[in-house]
Amino acid sequence: MTKILEINGVSKEFKGFKLDNITFTLDKGYIMGFIGPNGAGKTTTIRLIMNLLKKDSGEIKIFGMDNVTDEVPIKDRIGFVYEENYFYEHLTVNKMKEIIAPFYSRWDDNKFNEYCGKFELTPKKKIRDLSKGTKMKFSLAIALSHNAELLILDEPTSGLDPVFRDKLMDILREEIQDENKSIIFSTHITSDLEKIADYITFINNGRIVFSNQKDILLENYKIIKGDTGILTEEIRKELLGIKENKFGFEALCDYEKQSIFSKFEVMTEKPSLEQMMVYLSGKL
Amino acid sequence: MKIIIRNSSPDPIYKQISDQLRGMIITGELKSGEALPSIRNLARDLRISVITTKRSYEDLEREGFLETVGGKGTFVAPQNREFIKEQKLKIIEAKLFEAVDEARMLGLKKNELKEMLDALYE
Repeated sequence: MTKILEINGVSKEFKGFKLDNITFTLDKGYIMGFIGPNGAGKTTTIRLIMNLLKKDSGEIKIFGMDNVTDEVPIKDRIGFVYEENYFYEHLTVNKMKEIIAPFYSRWDDNKFNEYCGKFELTPKKKIRDLSKGTKMKFSLAIALSHNAELLILDEPTSGLDPVFRDKLMDILREEIQDENKSIIFSTHITSDLEKIADYITFINNGRIVFSNQKDILLENYKIIKGDTGILTEEIRKELLGIKENKFGFEALCDYEKQSIFSKFEVMTEKPSLEQMMVYLSGKL
Repeated sequence: MKIIIRNSSPDPIYKQISDQLRGMIITGELKSGEALPSIRNLARDLRISVITTKRSYEDLEREGFLETVGGKGTFVAPQNREFIKEQKLKIIEAKLFEAVDEARMLGLKKNELKEMLDALYE
């Protein structure tokens, strides 16, 4: 399979935060969910990919090219949505578009108008008069209108209601039908990813905890619920995170380790991505 | 072709899909040579990930139910009658095994279970 994005041993240090030797890749034609708690390093990673920050070490390749030396041809093929608004507030939607469009060699005005219709964007409205959700829709319309092969979305769903989030997921599904596009999408609303994502990369404290196929990940863990009485020191050591109260405990456990409970009466469940994120973040 | 995915099922989604497709092939609802939707189409329509549908198809290919022709798509493989009979027998055996298990838990004797089966057959 062709790699669209390769991040190899990338580090970046700030005061009080370090992105530590992160590595992961994304294949052509797939969707990756990039998850982690606030402050874990999601946005920093995305800013490094987009060359908005200078990395201390490591290598980032996009479409097989170096993201610093080949920045211009790479960015022509990327559609991005950042968490924060980066448009000129005093311009109208249409004026802003006219400024952005010439930067892209494959800009498609018909597609942009189509999305404006779909997203109910009024071309004559000023950016500053748009709601947070509508600003997000505007960035999305721009990102989707120049035949990008890689979409990089940083928390695209955070200001959006569930109805539009659902619509967005359908749009993304439609985007990958032609097998040539890939999407990387950071969020902490993991329910959006539960179904759509092919791969999940989980970052915590500046380190990659895992990066793998979603289905494999969900099969690798189990949620165990039972009586607190059975939690001996030995058993506790094997668990990846425990929540206890006077009625019992709930814990995340490696699929293979669930046999340690074979002698006890416990309930096992498939974990959700959210449960995995909570238990593996080590902040219970 | 009808596929229903239950989030509450203990079975993973890829298995729910391959089980249902296999069932349709065995019962003849899907005939040999019939074209299946592409993995991307199926994933979009079922609103699940591409890798999940890919895995279902791969499992069924390995079992000989489907075949993928490069550049053309995925089709129901020509089914051998003996093979289908074998598969059906396997299903019956598994169900009987379940019944025997339940009967044992209840403390039912072999004869009593046989009587039940006789009664059901008539």
